[in-house]
Amino acid sequence: MTAAVVLRRLAPAALVLAAVLAAHAEIPLNERRSGYADLGRETKAMQDDDTANPAMLAVLDGEALWTSKTGGTGRACAECHGDAKTSMKGVAARYPAFDAKLSRPINLDQRINQCRVERQGAKPLAYESKDMLALTTYVGMQSRGEPITPPDDARLTPFREAGRATYFRRQGQLNLACSQCHDDNWSKKLAGNIIPQAHPTGYPLYRLEWQSIGSLQRRLRNCLIGMRAEHYEYGSPEYVDLELYLMWRARGMPMETPAVRP
Amino acid sequence: MARALINLPAKAKRGEIITIKTLISHVMESGFRHSALGVRIPRDIIDTFVCTFNGEEIFRAALHPAIAANPFITFHTVATESGTFSFQWTGDGAFSQTETAKIVVE
Repeated sequence: MTAAVVLRRLAPAALVLAAVLAAHAEIPLNERRSGYADLGRETKAMQDDDTANPAMLAVLDGEALWTSKTGGTGRACAECHGDAKTSMKGVAARYPAFDAKLSRPINLDQRINQCRVERQGAKPLAYESKDMLALTTYVGMQSRGEPITPPDDARLTPFREAGRATYFRRQGQLNLACSQCHDDNWSKKLAGNIIPQAHPTGYPLYRLEWQSIGSLQRRLRNCLIGMRAEHYEYGSPEYVDLELYLMWRARGMPMETPAVRP
Repeated sequence: MARALINLPAKAKRGEIITIKTLISHVMESGFRHSALGVRIPRDIIDTFVCTFNGEEIFRAALHPAIAANPFITFHTVATESGTFSFQWTGDGAFSQTETAKIVVE
């Protein structure tokens, strides 16, 4: 069989495949809802009240770190960036963003570490460490209420597409794709829990199950373990690409950082 | 230093019942857990919370190992006069923290 014949025979199959993929369409923009909508009354109250939301403790830690001098240069974040309330407004809502030097997108955690290493002469903070979460939560909170606005940057497209491919790819021993729960079956139940649409509007957030604050990557790791798939290392390109796709998927939705989830 | 959040109204009418909410960051290690090497992790909890108003004790709570991290305590009192609330948390390892908040009663 020549290659041309193979291609001709495969063509209808490709069409069918395209139709199947189209059927698994993304959630229409006006049907999107934040995980907040599915919270119980008490959990909603916890998120709404800044003195009851345990994530606000991380915000206070972050505020202190923002103005404290650190590293070889002995500079604080505030010395360059000034008051975070104005300078960091809307910043978390547009990350991950493209980094020209690395030629790939980086998330907020990586941006903070870049600043620490290059400008403060300090050691990078470990992912999910107390100080890292404090800083990302503090910076994230300055965007509370702001719409998620992924950068209009053509260089991000291949990475976002890679993230989208991961989102729709079946993986793990349960052979599940993210989309099968979060696009096809949201609002239904998985065990006792309502399946959310998986919009990353409130990260870093306080999760009652964790009894602590955690990042979006910790949540992704959690899902991958649940699917019995191999999870990636924190900060890996796969996670950042997925973050990029999820933020694009939630474009225009208001930020809730720091949110509370069950 | 632990971070604490206090929520109470800045102003209240005389005789009004007000709600005071406090949240403090603390790991609350129960003392029943063991490390990977089988060594018991020593208990590290806040065991006493006291609230005073103008020097007079108005609320006290004893805390025990069966409590979540970052203890959140809510209680009510009657606003009688303007003054200062003082909140003190004490616990294992000489843990002690005091926060204050003012109220104006009209």
